[in-house]
This record gives sequence, C-alpha cells and structure tokens, in this order.
Amino acid sequence: MDGVHDLGGMQNFGPVEREENEPVFHERWEGLVFAYTLASLGAGYCKVDELRRSNEIMPPAEYLAARYYEKWLFALESILKEKSVLTPDEIASGKSLRDDGFALPPISPEKALFAMTNPMPASLPIDVPPRFKQGDEIVARNITPNHHTRLPRYIRGRRGTVETDHGVFHLPDTNAHSGPEKPQHVYSVRFDARELWGEQAPARDSVYIDLFDDYLEPA
Amino acid sequence: MTSNKHRAPLSDPQARVRALEAVLSEKGLIDQKAIDTIIDHYENKVGPHLGAKVVARAWTEPDFRRHLLDDGPAAIAEMGLAGIEGTHVLIKENTPSVHNLVVCTLCSCYPWSVLGLPPSWYKSTPYRARAVREPRALLQEFGLTVADDVEVRVWDSNADLRYLVLPMQPRGTEDLAPDELAALVTRDAMIGTAIVSPPVE
Repeated sequence: MDGVHDLGGMQNFGPVEREENEPVFHERWEGLVFAYTLASLGAGYCKVDELRRSNEIMPPAEYLAARYYEKWLFALESILKEKSVLTPDEIASGKSLRDDGFALPPISPEKALFAMTNPMPASLPIDVPPRFKQGDEIVARNITPNHHTRLPRYIRGRRGTVETDHGVFHLPDTNAHSGPEKPQHVYSVRFDARELWGEQAPARDSVYIDLFDDYLEPA
Repeated sequence: MTSNKHRAPLSDPQARVRALEAVLSEKGLIDQKAIDTIIDHYENKVGPHLGAKVVARAWTEPDFRRHLLDDGPAAIAEMGLAGIEGTHVLIKENTPSVHNLVVCTLCSCYPWSVLGLPPSWYKSTPYRARAVREPRALLQEFGLTVADDVEVRVWDSNADLRYLVLPMQPRGTEDLAPDELAALVTRDAMIGTAIVSPPVE
C-alpha cells in the first residue's frame, strides 16, 4: 500500500532532531507496549509482517503526528481485535466482557529470554530456485499493490544490479495477510543514486536495498 | 482494507495502555514476569556496548574480522549476541573509499541484539525520508563531512537482514587493548552517522 509510512525520498520533513542521553523508554507505557507486542509475537498471536501491516493502516495524519510507540499501540490493539483476542469494548473499558476470546498460553520469562538471546532465523531451509544471480541487471517492478509490501515507491521502475543472494524468506506481501505462503529468494540490489534521484545526485553514491524475487524483473 | 478513517480521535496512550494492561491481566493472557524480563533486557542488558565489542574485536583480530565480514550472522552468534531482530546481521565495512549508512525507510528495522533499541531520531520521519535521498546533507547535520571521492552507500534494511557498520579504526590507537578500543566506538558510528574519533588526550 502506498501509505505515508513509505517515506524514502520524501521531502520537506526538516532536520533530524536528536535527543541527548535518550532513555530506552521515555515513559512506562512505552515499555509496556513494546513488551506486550513482543509477548504477542512470542505467544503466537501474530507475525511481524501482520504487525507492520497493522501499523501502516493508521490514518496518515495520525501516523505522522504519533509518537513512535503510539504507532505500536495502534498496531497491537488492531491485531488483538482482528485475532478476536479482545473486543473493541474490552480495549476501551479495560475490563473482560466475554470468556470466549481467542487465547494462547502466555509466553514465559524463560522463553522470552531465549528468543532475545539466541539466533531466531527468518530464513527458510527450503529449496526454491532463484530467478536472479549476482551481477544480473534488474528493474524493480512498477506495482502499486493495495496490500502490505516491502517494495518501496522510490525504487519502483528503477534499474539496479543484484549484488548478493541472501537466501529464501517468506514474502511479506502474503505473509502479512494470512495469504498463501510464497517463500522466495531475497537479494541485495544496488541502485545508483543518480538512477533514483537524477543528475544532481553524486555520481558515485548508491543505495542498497533487500528485495524479494517477486519485486524484480530482468532489465 | 480496514476502514478507520471516521472513528473518534485516539485517546491518551497512557490511558489506553492502562486499560490494555488491566484486561490482559484479568484474562490471564500475560505473564507479568515475562513482561518485566523483556523490558529489563532492552533497558539494561543490550545496547551499543555490545556492538562496540564486535568492532573492537574486528580491529584487533584479523581472522575474526574476515569471518565477521564473510558471515556476519555466524560471527555474531558465536559471540552469543544473536537474538530477535539481530539474527541476520550483515557487517558493512567503512574504508578510505566507502562510507556506509544504515536506515529503514519503511519502519524502524535495526539490529537490536547488538545495538539495543534504536534512538528516536533513527525512527523519525526526517531520517527515514532523507537518508536514501540526501545522505551527505544529512551527515553534514550530524557533523560528518564525507569527501567527494568517497562513495556513500546507504543500506535500506527493509527485509529480514539487519546492518551494522564496521567503522575505520582511528589512527594512533593500534596499541590500545580491545576494551579501550570498544570504549571509543559509538552507536552512531555503527549506524554510519559518525566516525570513530581517537581518544582525547
């Protein structure tokens, strides 16, 4: 979806503001939103791709105005409603109003610690033929899907070069919507800055971005 | 697509989280000890000091440096530093001819297990919008001028790979011990918005 989250290359946002000695969480609620979200992933209520999709459907003006963890809160509430864990009334009232909601065993402290301190591979140990190899010239497909995608606007239709094959991963476009699984290769693709931004960009600069097989066509 | 354009404005997040906390607890859907463990881990256990250890080791052990650049995920895992959002970590080496900069234009992807959670500016709209389009102007604002003959490579971490910049070791630090070197390495140098300065005499 061409939402406001797809920020790469947009202009007029002003300088980057930095906070000295910034705390990890500014207030207690931020840490709770973060931890409830991780706990929901760990318990199996949702996938990361679904959370990202839920974050991106936030209305644009609210998305731009929200503090970072407000976006997470929006995504978390949306997912808990979507998965029938909580009803909108339960989220609004803070009270349990029914007993037949979808429930999974909560993640234990041990399991949480394990996930935070051990490899959690997202790559898939399955054999899928790659469509591209290192050195191939490609064009990023010019598509404007109305679903979640990790193909940002600023590279669509642009020519690049495959630099590395990272292996096989789930396609977020379907994984975020409980669609059919479409495991496929992900490549690091190099785009010259001038291909993306025109002649005023420095000739030697570049952007590298990780792209799924479905996002690419041979040049 | 979910239609939520016409609902009432969102209320104060603190109140909403209080409600969520109450109803999740009442239903027994959370283990409070797990929640405390998660918050404690990111507030107190992980942070840029871990990435700095990786960098200092790469500066002092040529074999490890090669391994780290060849197979970042394996090298990170062998140091016991892998975890969620820190498993497929690729290391990008700054050289006299290449300067690397990491961003996530679509959200806020970041190598949590080696750098901790990202600072607010990394997640901000200006950074996400500008890093891919005008990295040199952005770096100027961070106080870093990249020479015209150096290639700026921006890494947009929009899939499952996460990126850590291996900064150049400052001149005159060859005799320092790894822990002294690690103390020089900043978070920003591992994102690519800074370089590592030699110690102040």
